[in-house]
Amino acid sequence: MWLFEQIVEFFSFQDVNIRYVALGTLLLGASSAVVGCFTFLRKKALVGDTIAHSILPGICLSFIIFKTKDPLMLLLGAMLSGWLSVYVVDYISANSKIKPDTAIGLTLSVFFGVGILLLTHIQHSGNSAQAGLDKFLFGKAASLVQNDVITFGIVSVILIGTIILFFKQFSLISFDVHFAKTIGLSVRTFEVILSTITVLAVAIGIQTVGVVLMAAMLITPAAAARFWTDKLKVMVIIAAIIGGVSGIFGAFISYTAPSMPTGPWIVAVLSFIAIGSMLVAPKNGAISKSRKQKKNQRKILEDNIIKLLYKLGEKENEFFKNRSIRTLKNYREYPEKKLLKGLNILKKKNQVVLVNDLWVLTEEGKKAGMRVVRIHRLWELYLTTYLRIAPDHVHEDAETIEHIITPEMESKLEHLLDYPEKDPHSANIPYKNEKDINE
Amino acid sequence: MNIQVDNPVLEVHDLTVSYDKKPVLWDVDFTIPYGNLVGIIGPNGAGKSTLIKAIMGLVPKGSGYIKLYDDSLDSVRHKVSYVPQRESVDWDFPASVLDVVLMGRYGKKGLLKRVSKKDKEIAYESLKRVNMLDFASRQISQLSGGQQQRTFLARALAQEADLYLMDEPFAGVDAATERSIVDLLLEMRKEGKTIVVVHHDLQSAIDYFDWTLLLNTRLVASGPTEKVFTTELLQETYGGKLTLLSKIGDLMKEKQFPAREK
Ligand SMILES: Nc1ncnc2c1ncn2[C@@H]1O[C@H](COP(=O)(O)OP(=O)(O)OP(=O)(O)O)[C@@H](O)[C@H]1O
Ligand SMILES: [Mg+2]
Repeated sequence: MWLFEQIVEFFSFQDVNIRYVALGTLLLGASSAVVGCFTFLRKKALVGDTIAHSILPGICLSFIIFKTKDPLMLLLGAMLSGWLSVYVVDYISANSKIKPDTAIGLTLSVFFGVGILLLTHIQHSGNSAQAGLDKFLFGKAASLVQNDVITFGIVSVILIGTIILFFKQFSLISFDVHFAKTIGLSVRTFEVILSTITVLAVAIGIQTVGVVLMAAMLITPAAAARFWTDKLKVMVIIAAIIGGVSGIFGAFISYTAPSMPTGPWIVAVLSFIAIGSMLVAPKNGAISKSRKQKKNQRKILEDNIIKLLYKLGEKENEFFKNRSIRTLKNYREYPEKKLLKGLNILKKKNQVVLVNDLWVLTEEGKKAGMRVVRIHRLWELYLTTYLRIAPDHVHEDAETIEHIITPEMESKLEHLLDYPEKDPHSANIPYKNEKDINE
Repeated sequence: MNIQVDNPVLEVHDLTVSYDKKPVLWDVDFTIPYGNLVGIIGPNGAGKSTLIKAIMGLVPKGSGYIKLYDDSLDSVRHKVSYVPQRESVDWDFPASVLDVVLMGRYGKKGLLKRVSKKDKEIAYESLKRVNMLDFASRQISQLSGGQQQRTFLARALAQEADLYLMDEPFAGVDAATERSIVDLLLEMRKEGKTIVVVHHDLQSAIDYFDWTLLLNTRLVASGPTEKVFTTELLQETYGGKLTLLSKIGDLMKEKQFPAREK
């Protein structure tokens, strides 16, 4: 009941503070996700982290120089040092033998170190206005006020507007820089624009979630969205939704449990969504992949057992004889548990029945078994006649193929081979009835 | 041997290009006539990719100049198309084959205009010419190597250029695909286009190209293929790789080279 009341209270947005916090985190989450899509696609995830850490000295310096906590002035300082860090990373990687990842590590730690130094200096200087400056380290989402939200709103419009305006350019330089250059696009200009809006997104976001988590705000929604779609535009939209929703939910969770800071909760929700996407997303998701695999495994098991029963019937010329588990195990090296599992599935499909602990094929089952055997033998024949593979090499292949051939392919095979009677090993190829052959 | 032509489609004059101060192209100087299928041949690391990147302005020139249609690249960009090695991009990018081919239209009309119906028609037509129409909506991460290559070719076709520079379009494609790409290139030549192709295989080079550049850091030869393919020049280009050369010698004998008609 308590939770329900909290939900109603929060999501009715009656309280002004709640409204500001929710709106602020929503705007921030969505707009940094949109910008982050391109950071992600250009494989510059670590650059986001560099910017986040490098912004600190800029904020401190502009506080020392202008002696004010006016967010606009701080933002200016943040932008400058964030930008400088991007430039330094590029410069080092372009003009020395140092690899980009090392250049990133180097820049990040130097800038952040200087930032911490300056912050400590400010805190010890006794300037009363400094209180709250350390919020930049950990964020202060829970105390967003109207002014913050207005700033966020303006910045979000700038960020998302820029992305919409230059969508083609940004996607072109993310996919194929060389080609973009050859058609005369000023790649450098658009790289600078992209870096600038990334710095802006980080400089704003950092006030909400803090230095350490900002990179996650940028990259995680994009990474999660990528699981759901193969279209760039859709990916950007999904990322924005994921970012926005995480923002609001993070704010909600820390609202119900006030001792919890908002920033980490936003990132926790984001990570949860990302992991969820990885597991359940339709095409790429791990769960659907393993479900498909399981399904295949089960089909193979079923096919193999019904084939075994059919072949035994063929050999002993008695299809509907009772057979024990042990007999079956003699012919196929399956553990008993697996064999039973397969038989039980077949029983549900009415292809076998259980009589006094013995298993018997049904008419249905005979047909199903016949089909598997037929396909196996047809395929062997196809391989030997059309691909000229030696008869003693075709069994393994047919063993796999028999499970995936569709009825359409089956009838094509039959036509192509003209309803043969014997396979390469001179075994009979069984047909449903005479009519099939004469057709 | 360096045969210079009057009124060339492409003129490279005393070009030197260095990476980290180490020259990988030395005083390269040649001209290419209109309407030819041109091969750039040389061993690994000879600077073939660097040469066409320099022509396309993708790597800075140390010295020398390059003229296309007797003009600078910037003023004739819309007439020139570059097909990079397909490994140069990440094919896991969220885009469909059609999206990539439509990028070929961006150059002609600028990036600010929307993709029009005509652009789409041209893109589909290009896909048809490389036999990829059925793959138009396929996600590019699901393409085979040969299909990736043909996607890039379609993008180049959609540019409706007159001069094409292609970096190893035959790398990693099967014989049938190579054949169909060659047919396409011949067709394009018939339409009066000039196509410059970086190529690795000496044997097929004899068959494919009207004009050949032999390159190994410096320019060893430039001229009509039958004049350039001599044992000495090949030896100079490939230095020492005698097995290959004797194979080529045999091949030339077998083909009664240079008794080939254009
Ligand atoms: N970005 C680079 N930085 C430094 N050196 C480079 C760079 N790209 C190429 N090189 C060097 O320049 C030389 C020429 O390279 P290039 O790629 O042009 O050769 P190529 O003829 O295309 O070779 P391949 O047949 O292997 O494609 C090589 O020695 C290579 O190591
Ligand atoms: Mg190359």
